[in-house]
Amino acid sequence: MKKLSYFLAALVGLSMQYAMAQTPKGSVLIKNATVLTVTNGTHENTDVLVQDGIVKKIGQDIKAPNGVETIDATGKYLMPGIIDAHSHIALDVVNEATAPIVAEVRMKDVVNPYEIGIYRALAGGVTMSHAMHGSANVVGGQNATLKHRWGSTDPADIIMQDAPRTIKFALGENPTRVHGRGRGIQPRTRMGVEAILRNGFNEALQYKKAWADFNAASSQKGNTAVAPEYNERLQTLADILDGKIIIHCHSYRADEIYMLINVAKDFGIKKLVFQHTNEGFKVAPEIAEYTMGASVFADWWAYKFEVYYSTAFNAAILQKNGVITSINSDDAELIRHLYHEAAKTQRYGGMTDDEALAMITINPAKQLGVSDKVGSIEEGKQADMVIFEGHPLSSYAIPQMTFVDGVKYFDINSDEDDQRQLVSATEMVEPIYLHEETAHKCMQDTEYLFETAEALFSLNQY
Amino acid sequence: MKRLNKSFFAFLLALLPMFAMAQIDGEFVKPRSGKFLLQNATVHTITKGVLENTSVLIENGKIAQIGSSITAGDAEVIDCSGLVIYPGMIDGGTTLGLVEVNSVPETVDSREIGNFAPNMQALTAVNPNSEAVPVTRVSGVTTVLTVPQGGLFPGTAALINLVGYTPDQMYAGAKAVVMNFPSSGRRGRWDRRSDDDIKKENDKALKEANELWDNATSYYELTEKGAELEYYPEMAQLAKVISGELPLMIEVNTASDIQGALKWIEGKDAKFILSGVSEGWRVADEIAKAGIPVITGPIQALPTRQSDRYDAAYSNAGKMSKAGVKVAIRTNDQENVRNLPFHAAFAAAYGMGKEEAWKAVTITPAEIFGLADQLGSVEQGKVANLIVATKDPFETSSQVMHVFINGYRIPLSNRHIRLYQEFLERSPGLNKN
Repeated sequence: MKKLSYFLAALVGLSMQYAMAQTPKGSVLIKNATVLTVTNGTHENTDVLVQDGIVKKIGQDIKAPNGVETIDATGKYLMPGIIDAHSHIALDVVNEATAPIVAEVRMKDVVNPYEIGIYRALAGGVTMSHAMHGSANVVGGQNATLKHRWGSTDPADIIMQDAPRTIKFALGENPTRVHGRGRGIQPRTRMGVEAILRNGFNEALQYKKAWADFNAASSQKGNTAVAPEYNERLQTLADILDGKIIIHCHSYRADEIYMLINVAKDFGIKKLVFQHTNEGFKVAPEIAEYTMGASVFADWWAYKFEVYYSTAFNAAILQKNGVITSINSDDAELIRHLYHEAAKTQRYGGMTDDEALAMITINPAKQLGVSDKVGSIEEGKQADMVIFEGHPLSSYAIPQMTFVDGVKYFDINSDEDDQRQLVSATEMVEPIYLHEETAHKCMQDTEYLFETAEALFSLNQY
Repeated sequence: MKRLNKSFFAFLLALLPMFAMAQIDGEFVKPRSGKFLLQNATVHTITKGVLENTSVLIENGKIAQIGSSITAGDAEVIDCSGLVIYPGMIDGGTTLGLVEVNSVPETVDSREIGNFAPNMQALTAVNPNSEAVPVTRVSGVTTVLTVPQGGLFPGTAALINLVGYTPDQMYAGAKAVVMNFPSSGRRGRWDRRSDDDIKKENDKALKEANELWDNATSYYELTEKGAELEYYPEMAQLAKVISGELPLMIEVNTASDIQGALKWIEGKDAKFILSGVSEGWRVADEIAKAGIPVITGPIQALPTRQSDRYDAAYSNAGKMSKAGVKVAIRTNDQENVRNLPFHAAFAAAYGMGKEEAWKAVTITPAEIFGLADQLGSVEQGKVANLIVATKDPFETSSQVMHVFINGYRIPLSNRHIRLYQEFLERSPGLNKN
């Protein structure tokens, strides 16, 4: 009992800390922009007033209240802040690769607000990212949804505290390689992946029942019931079964996507988003019918065998079949031009401007369960926005200013050379990395499982 | 009985083509050569301005005529009203055709064993039937340099056109011996060597490069004098650089290494090209002064240092170009070489300008490879590598309508497109029947 009260005290302390974390909220009036609301059409020569981090008014001839800065955006485009539904930036580590199920792990424990990747993402108009666990496990860790409040030093300040919980799952080559081939345990095949999932959820059902039995018994007078041992891993799986956590599942092949839909149906799991989903187009009707959609690359293929039979038309096929579709990066470089990645759906499948823009704004917001707060420019929503020179779907577009909660974190006019917030005192000579060596990837931190240099080389993948 | 069997067998054999035919549904469109008149387009020649309401006649694989009133004769007329014509784009550095699936070693033919292997011919290992070839060419990239990777002298790169069924049919007429200049940078986050160790290894590699160069010089001089030397194919290949027959393409990226490479080149009488050159903007004036052409990219890349501006890689090509360096653009990719126009667009937006960026994927690489009289612009007499698009092909919202390579009309199809055709409206859909 004493133990429990310590635990509770710690919990209260923690939640107070979160409550106390004061994230900055700004006020600004943006004048005369072409406003791409995404959900409510495009409005030319329109003003947007932001007060205390919230979009207060969209219209013509809005006057700036006292003390509110006015930004003239004549000839420029204003769009909602870009949301990346799959990223690994601002994380100290990515993979806890030690077991096929590590549901207890939380990415919010390893968030690094100092990472330069946050600033670089802002410079590409990205205001939010889904900081995900890696893909080494069938059930990976719980992800963190980030708001790119660059300059914050407290990790809690860049975590979107009002976003729902999400968790990483992974199917196919990565978990079978790490566990089956790397460690000689299940899963080595896609059959094993399904078994891991069904075994895990059945164990979680038993765990739930054990607690329900105990709770029922302990409410009886004079009972002698003993509580089951607490297990964070099983509790998290139970939370998934209870609909408290959205699954974001790394997947490529159509068969494994279909498998997880069937598993989800059998266990009554409704909150399910597929990630990467390169062969999603082959089971688009099934994904559309049952899930919260798919988050895909614009044109990546052939970097590994399970994406060899994919197509750059994936996003368009999914969208036209009624799947909520987003375009993601999974990469510290790609995250900087998601507007351009979304634009590729116009070449590959003829998406309209609104359809393409939705794939990097309102659609990822839906998949992260935050579409009531962000993802479009609407009165009452959080003021995450980007000003572009040139239409954001043009290959020549250049982001000019990026706002999170009405606070400007990137301005191309005051962009200094060195934007680092933290420089190592022991680092005499700055290391030089060529061609995306520092890009965060799905298989990061699993290197120790594969000893030869060649394996390291081939690990450089997604 | 025996005879009956025999004749029955013969009868079956005779039927075989019929059965085989019966299984074929639909016609396969092949690339086809011929005489084509692309009528009434806006022609972006690159070298001779923009020509409105102009037609281009393709004959015998060449651009036979450009003008406003060409008589069609027996040519197949393709109406290009409202469309734009550009020369096919050239990617100055890829591993296209050498790598099919990057993570499957059996399909990776870009890295041979050995530090000194300039005689490894990329052209030998190019797979003309790679899925990536038709995926690439429908984007308007018609020609690529395919480059071996690996050690100090990993092999000889080859320029190929993306049409043909043998490497020789694809060969576009230029090769370059590749050198990976010894790097003083780290190879990645897992590279835990001390600064001292890096310097030691760098010095050792440079010493080796110098010895090899000296030996190749001797090899060349001796063979010139008629000496019969032992079979040494590596040295014979490097000697082609000494003789001036082939250029040496030096892959080099960090600023100090670029300076080191320029110093290394100084006083050497050969043709040189720098490739990669990620930190070229730091030493652009020095590159310009040395007069060495550059093939840089990818443009959509991270800065090399944490302290760099976010757009360091986007603006690199433009900064070098402004400093007077001759700059071509590459993707350094295999399956997504199709993104070359978008890399060029980013370079254009971040300081290079559209005109220079277009040159960087057409006439400039043609000049660097010594093929400016054949490739890289829409001019009479040049190889008919042409693209027809709805508008500026650098924009993702444009559609490429026709592609011609070596005068062949290329079918606008590949696996990506076929999968789209099959799965956009899948049948059966959601239900079993």
